[in-house]
Amino acid sequence: MASNSVELLAADHSVDRNRGDVLIVGGGISGIQASLDLANSGFRVFLVDKSPSIGGKMSLLDKTFPTNDCSMCIESPKFIECSRHPNIEIITYTEVERVSGEAGNFTVSLIKKPRYIIEDKCTGCNICVDYCPVKIPDPFNQGLSANKSVHIYFSQAEPLVTYIDPETCLYLQEGKCQICVGACKTNAIDLHQQPEPFELEVGAILLAPGFDIFNPKLRGDYGYGRMKNVVTSLEFERILCSTGPYEGEIQRPSDLAHPQRIAWIQCVGSRQVIPGGNSYCSAVCCTYTQKQVILSKDHYPDLAATIFHNDIRAYGKDFERFYQRAEKLDDVRFIRSYVTIGREIPENNNVTIRYATFAEGVKEEEFDLVVLSVGLNPPADAVKLANICGIELNDQGFCKIDPANPIATTRQGIFVSGAFQGPMDIPESVVTASGADALCGQLLSYRRNKLSRERLYPPERDVSQEELKIGVVVCHCGANIGRVVNIPEVIEYAATLKNVSWAGENLFACSTENAQQITNQIKDKGLNRVVLAACTPRTHEPLFRDTCREAGINQYFFEFANIREHCAWVHSKDKENATQKAKDIIRMSVARAAHLQPLQEFELPVNKVALVVGGGLAGMTSALNMAAQGFEVYLIEQAADLGGMARRIHYTLNGMSVQAQLHDLVRKVYRQPSIHVLTEASIQDVDGYIGNFVTSVSTAGRVRQIAHGIAIIATGAAEHRPTEYLYGSDERVLTQLELEGEIVAQNPRIAAAESLVMIQCVGCREEGRNYCSRVCCGQALKNALKLKKLNPAIDIHILFRDMRSYGFKEDFYRAAAELDVKFIRFEPEHKPVVTAAGDKLNIKVPDLVLGQMLELEADLVALSAAVVPAESTHELAKLFKVSTNPDGFFQEAHVKLRPVDFASDGVFMCGTAHYPKHLDETISQALGAAGRAVGILAGDSVTASGAVCDVNEEACISCGACITSCSYNAITFIDTPKGKKARVEAVLCKGDGLCNAKCPTGAIYLKHYTDDEIFAQIDGAIPDYAETHSH
Amino acid sequence: MCTGRVDLAFILRAYSNGADGVFIGGCWLGECHYVTEGNYDALFNMHLGRKLLQEIGIEPQRLRLEWIAASEGIRYAEVMNDFGKQLKTFGPLGKGEGLAPDILKLKLEALSNLIPYIKLVERERLRVRFDQQEKYDEYFASRDFKRLFDELIVDRLVRVQIQLLLAKKPLTTAELAVTLGLSPATAARHLKQSTMQGLVRFDTAQQCYALA
Repeated sequence: MASNSVELLAADHSVDRNRGDVLIVGGGISGIQASLDLANSGFRVFLVDKSPSIGGKMSLLDKTFPTNDCSMCIESPKFIECSRHPNIEIITYTEVERVSGEAGNFTVSLIKKPRYIIEDKCTGCNICVDYCPVKIPDPFNQGLSANKSVHIYFSQAEPLVTYIDPETCLYLQEGKCQICVGACKTNAIDLHQQPEPFELEVGAILLAPGFDIFNPKLRGDYGYGRMKNVVTSLEFERILCSTGPYEGEIQRPSDLAHPQRIAWIQCVGSRQVIPGGNSYCSAVCCTYTQKQVILSKDHYPDLAATIFHNDIRAYGKDFERFYQRAEKLDDVRFIRSYVTIGREIPENNNVTIRYATFAEGVKEEEFDLVVLSVGLNPPADAVKLANICGIELNDQGFCKIDPANPIATTRQGIFVSGAFQGPMDIPESVVTASGADALCGQLLSYRRNKLSRERLYPPERDVSQEELKIGVVVCHCGANIGRVVNIPEVIEYAATLKNVSWAGENLFACSTENAQQITNQIKDKGLNRVVLAACTPRTHEPLFRDTCREAGINQYFFEFANIREHCAWVHSKDKENATQKAKDIIRMSVARAAHLQPLQEFELPVNKVALVVGGGLAGMTSALNMAAQGFEVYLIEQAADLGGMARRIHYTLNGMSVQAQLHDLVRKVYRQPSIHVLTEASIQDVDGYIGNFVTSVSTAGRVRQIAHGIAIIATGAAEHRPTEYLYGSDERVLTQLELEGEIVAQNPRIAAAESLVMIQCVGCREEGRNYCSRVCCGQALKNALKLKKLNPAIDIHILFRDMRSYGFKEDFYRAAAELDVKFIRFEPEHKPVVTAAGDKLNIKVPDLVLGQMLELEADLVALSAAVVPAESTHELAKLFKVSTNPDGFFQEAHVKLRPVDFASDGVFMCGTAHYPKHLDETISQALGAAGRAVGILAGDSVTASGAVCDVNEEACISCGACITSCSYNAITFIDTPKGKKARVEAVLCKGDGLCNAKCPTGAIYLKHYTDDEIFAQIDGAIPDYAETHSH
Repeated sequence: MCTGRVDLAFILRAYSNGADGVFIGGCWLGECHYVTEGNYDALFNMHLGRKLLQEIGIEPQRLRLEWIAASEGIRYAEVMNDFGKQLKTFGPLGKGEGLAPDILKLKLEALSNLIPYIKLVERERLRVRFDQQEKYDEYFASRDFKRLFDELIVDRLVRVQIQLLLAKKPLTTAELAVTLGLSPATAARHLKQSTMQGLVRFDTAQQCYALA
């Protein structure tokens, strides 16, 4: 790890190196997020991973669904954020050995495995790797390509240092070789390193060890391990990736040919009760397969993709559209069939698959490549970890949790986040991480800011009197840019540009080591503007702005030239022109950089009060946590009582006593002196900004102003009122919630019912409401099981499109089937028809298996009605200036990595206002939102951007054009001796710049995107026009 | 920064620098990343920009606006390839339109000079806001718009060109008419108007017009 010269201890804390607040076991995305949240809330964190680098499974993925963001591109900035955070210590290649003590005071023994590299000395230069004579299958690329016995785990690894594989190293095995020792220029190699035990003292422990993938080799599933062209989905993920074994070319292992026909087999290892399989659904495979299909078709539009699946479980936010997107592609077939592997064809290693369809019976088809969509297993060392930590596991081998508090383990002070809770996707891993932050914060709030440190930057150099000295750094981005763009040529060119005083290159500018090099160059060469020709500011700008700060120049002196997305990636086949274009892009950036001005970000005080809108389960959970962490909370509820939708829910599949839990929560809320509850309240107006909101709330005809620093929106959702299936006209047709109510109320007609039919997907997964309501399959199973328990003889049919009992809910699907609940699938084109037939209801539905119309009689029909956004959503969105998605639910800032944040700073969401979800998921998310919110409340100030608008009053003609164009109400007229002039409230300005284009005189200007800066860039685009077109 | 930040001046600057086309890429309508929905402003500006280009004899399709989300890399590449092809059929800027280089330069300069004025009248008289993209097409193709555009902008644009020409040297009505491709009567009308506004004067000694 690079030592950080500017990282200093704040105040007079005499911090023992081995003392911290929280130990996090597992450095995947969940552990990373938890580290950042905790560190930003004033706690000192140890982030421990047994791998040579943090990153976890997410770092192995090519892209992430449903947005197809590049996985590494969005995760790696967080590696750097962690490594640069003064309150996070990353400890890799280390395992936990023993935990003693109790909540608030744990002593943890760990062992650092020998890396045979001295981390502080290694620069990640890779020279030892070049010299190492031993080739091994690359563990990061799943053994599909070769690496050396000494290597860096992956190119963006954190820490970016090598490690030696002791199993294959010639010296460690046979005492020979040591070539690397001689090759290393920094003497970083120590072949005599021993395991290093050490102890840490912490107040809380968070387990985030993630998952392992199901290994199909153990049983030889589907020919895996025997047939070369049968790969796991994780191997295929690497194959798709540009840093993978085939550099992003889709090739198959046997002959490196481009496969034309790829088959995916779903549920490999999942939804199986046979030995060696997992009974549960792995929750992510349907959607990751669709992603792989879309990406494969992006690579090769002619490729034919076949997906053999069971139910399609597109239950998450935007998953249904994603599924449709995959399904609509040409030559993509989704075939609902179990399959068996036929044979491997000896001549070409193609693989045949046997499957059956209703229309065509059993068929055998040949494929060039078969991808097994493998499920998620508990981490391989789960049992060992559980024993060490003294926690219990569930029957499936994952961490045992209480649905009423899914982030707590069975041992106080030890928490769990991410997929160790059970199969889950990235956003849920991030949400539970923030939730774990909230619970750790609650436990340890008394010691907040006691051990934490602050990052101090060197004083900023005043460059106003200096001549322009622009430095240009061109990044190879590994091979991403380097293999297309001729980098030496580009550097040579950049050095000739006006005002450029130095130009150089970088292999991975984003690595800690290389970023440090840039800092050094700025200092050594006296640079006062920096242009980095690399990737995108979307993910990497904050890092490099920080790099400038550390070198003592204003962070706004940094300019990004994107020669990856805008150049190398799109012109990979035309290297010469790509090189020319890279030069053009850099020239434009250099021209702009010459005009960059130093800007100051300013610190705003934070009002340490929270406002929670919505007094349901989500809102109350958030409020209680924040109050327990020591903050004052206003809880606003529009109804007369707290509780929200949960008041209508009585039991869950996983055995929660909802009403008892709810009563307890309501009681705690009312007893908590720092929570102020306002019922029958409505919000009239919201003013202000992060840290300093003022919200007008009307209760009982009185309007009061509440000043608060953050807001959490937890306004829930509603049950759709169906218009179909006789609902509303025949009282025997009811919704699932109504059914649940009647079951609990012991309505005699429930006890008397001999038959009941449930119809799924009522009012959703169709035109106008194109999403899956996520909870209805679980609801149907829950009510069916309850009814069967009350009356085992009752005849229940569930008419469904796909049973989406994801995760552990799958076991209840099986249980229902075993109790003779009958599941009948229908297609949306042929929906069931319900008619009243005397004292019964008649339901007609085509039976797809038998190919004929099935007629059912029932005493009751229960409709699984869609979950729809709460009525208030639209109004609240306007008041808080936040956005909603096309389905009318609130829209998060980033689907994967900021799942409870709004794009507007200081506003968060949780619960079903975000998207339909089960109660345990709601609780996790509510804690997650509280954790994120406390991240702001715990600080004394927030920082506002410097790239905001300002007005040159001399030029302002008081026309008001800017004021009318601003949706953030950031601009007002003020009276000056020279008349009314526009003035910008900088913290409200979001820097969209709309006002600039409206101002007739150029009086209002968006800093960092001024006319001068943009004109310079435009002029830079075609620099020689003036010479060649002189008239 | 939003597409709505794209100033007409930026667009004209690119053409003045010899760009054969200008492309603006923005977020889909209804998917604003701010709450401002400035992409509607961008859409309006694009239409207005095309009308202005047309008015000075430049192929309006040289200005293109497309909605492309961050994840739609493929679509972006397709759109750019298509635009590139389209621009090739138009030929180099000016040459494709049969405009002499100095006239092209003059007209672009005149238009650029007029931008502050255009912004004022845009707000006061021209601005509309619709929910649907097609409505913008209809509006800009409507008689109402044409009437307003002619009334507010067209004549002024000619007069700015006249002023720019006269700033270099005094010219006769006939010379101005030929240079700007106007009928002598139209040129005379503009000169009369400009004289009344005190912008130009008739130099009786030299029998030609000069800046006032």
